[in-house]
Amino acid sequence: MMEEQAVINIRNVNYRYESDYVLKNINLSIPKGSFIGLVGPNGSGKSTLLKIILGLLKVQEGEIDLFGTPQQKFKEWERIGFVSQKANSFNTGFPATVSEVVMGGLAKKIGLFRRPGQKEKEAVEKAVKAVGMESFLKRNIGDLSGGQQQRVFIARAIVSQPSILILDEPTVGVDSQNVESFYRMLTYLNKELQMTLLLVTHDIGTITDKVTHVACLNKYLHFHGSMKQFIKLDEQQLSDLYGHGIRLLDHHHDH
Amino acid sequence: MIIITIIERETIMIEAILTYEFLQNAFLSGIIIGVIAPLLGAFIVVRRLSLIADALSHVALSGIAAGLFLGQAVPALSAINPLYFGMLFSVGGSLLIERLRSVYKHYQELAIPIIMSGGIGVGVIFISLADGFTTDLFSYLFGSVSAVSRGDLLAIIVISILVIVTIFLLYKELFILSFDEEYAKASGIPAKAVHFAFIILTALVIAVSMRIVGVLLVSALMTLPVAAAMRITKGFTQTIWLSVFFGEVSVLAGLVSAFYLDLAPGGTIVVTSILILLAVIVWKKERD
Repeated sequence: MMEEQAVINIRNVNYRYESDYVLKNINLSIPKGSFIGLVGPNGSGKSTLLKIILGLLKVQEGEIDLFGTPQQKFKEWERIGFVSQKANSFNTGFPATVSEVVMGGLAKKIGLFRRPGQKEKEAVEKAVKAVGMESFLKRNIGDLSGGQQQRVFIARAIVSQPSILILDEPTVGVDSQNVESFYRMLTYLNKELQMTLLLVTHDIGTITDKVTHVACLNKYLHFHGSMKQFIKLDEQQLSDLYGHGIRLLDHHHDH
Repeated sequence: MIIITIIERETIMIEAILTYEFLQNAFLSGIIIGVIAPLLGAFIVVRRLSLIADALSHVALSGIAAGLFLGQAVPALSAINPLYFGMLFSVGGSLLIERLRSVYKHYQELAIPIIMSGGIGVGVIFISLADGFTTDLFSYLFGSVSAVSRGDLLAIIVISILVIVTIFLLYKELFILSFDEEYAKASGIPAKAVHFAFIILTALVIAVSMRIVGVLLVSALMTLPVAAAMRITKGFTQTIWLSVFFGEVSVLAGLVSAFYLDLAPGGTIVVTSILILLAVIVWKKERD
């Protein structure tokens, strides 16, 4: 039953650069409709795991199913939305408007050698509206703030109406004021639009009250389960997961 | 008095264009190149590949030199337009650059000096073999108003159609590849194939453009109009249109002044585009 409902199912995945393993024996299934936080310190293999899921790195050992199809045979990449770490992958001087950037998210769906029409323009406007950026459609992406840019990238990722949205450290470079409203938007996508979310972060404290599931990664998958189970872990177990004190509890004791 | 002279000159030039085939060839080629060089250049600039254009133009030169030499050495080959050798070498060079970029993953820019010096090295050897510089070679280096043949024009037209059709059909793929390469790959579009098509087109455009602007300045016509347009446009489509407009103005102004002043058009075209660039920078500063 669980198998059927998993949007992504990872079994026995190992990955190494040269002879150093960065991922070992990873088993992870992401249930449909969940909001899962994949946490781990820097260098824990989070980004590598994401790249493997997205097909940017080849699976060396183990298997990955996407929507029940083995990854090697999977063709419907438009069902997976991806928001990368902004800082890494785009140059802010690029002369592109918000609507041009978001239209990029439809390229695969439209298909090779074809050009977007009215239907696609409307889809772009709808996605931009869903992230609250409709008044910026004709603005250059480089003229926006970090938080606004990240919203535009979410719009690009959801414009093809994917079933799952994968976010790699999406709030890096977004000021704390906007982080809250950013997470409110994610909750909206998850609850109202029934989108499965996989959020990768090194900072577990900020997501504990937002996600439904947690996976703790540091080369091995140390914990994988619902938030309810996670909260029940005691200090000692948490410390074993992370190897040092973490900020999980701070957040809850704030109130 | 001055006005009459200008009108006379206008008439002289238009009459000359109508009379002389070589001028028709030069102006038609120039008008076409004024469109395709900045069109492709817009993608080259935003992908930070401007220097690759430079490297490829030098490889194209070695192809031209090889063509001129072979034409001398083997009479049967003298019927082949050296431009085709230039295209062949340029495409070969682009494939080598790609190969080198994957060999030196962390020092991708190394591919550029390797290919550029290789291009010049091979070029110099063929030039020496062909008994040094000739007027022919000079025209390839700096462009020419008088040396463009019907065959050159034909090659330019064919390549331009290929470029425009490909960019029209692959626009959205080229756009996301330029904007965000990782995302392009993750989104499942055939990024490698699109990049391959792009790099081949670049090589071909460089080879045909140098007939008018010359080897040494061909990359300028691909980058300067774009550099100017980027300062003042909103969005990528606008950037492309304005780049083409600036490119066209540069080529026409450059060719006309080259005709009157008896100069190599490469120089006048590039100086015009630099003037446009400066004007745009100053205007933008004043406005803000």
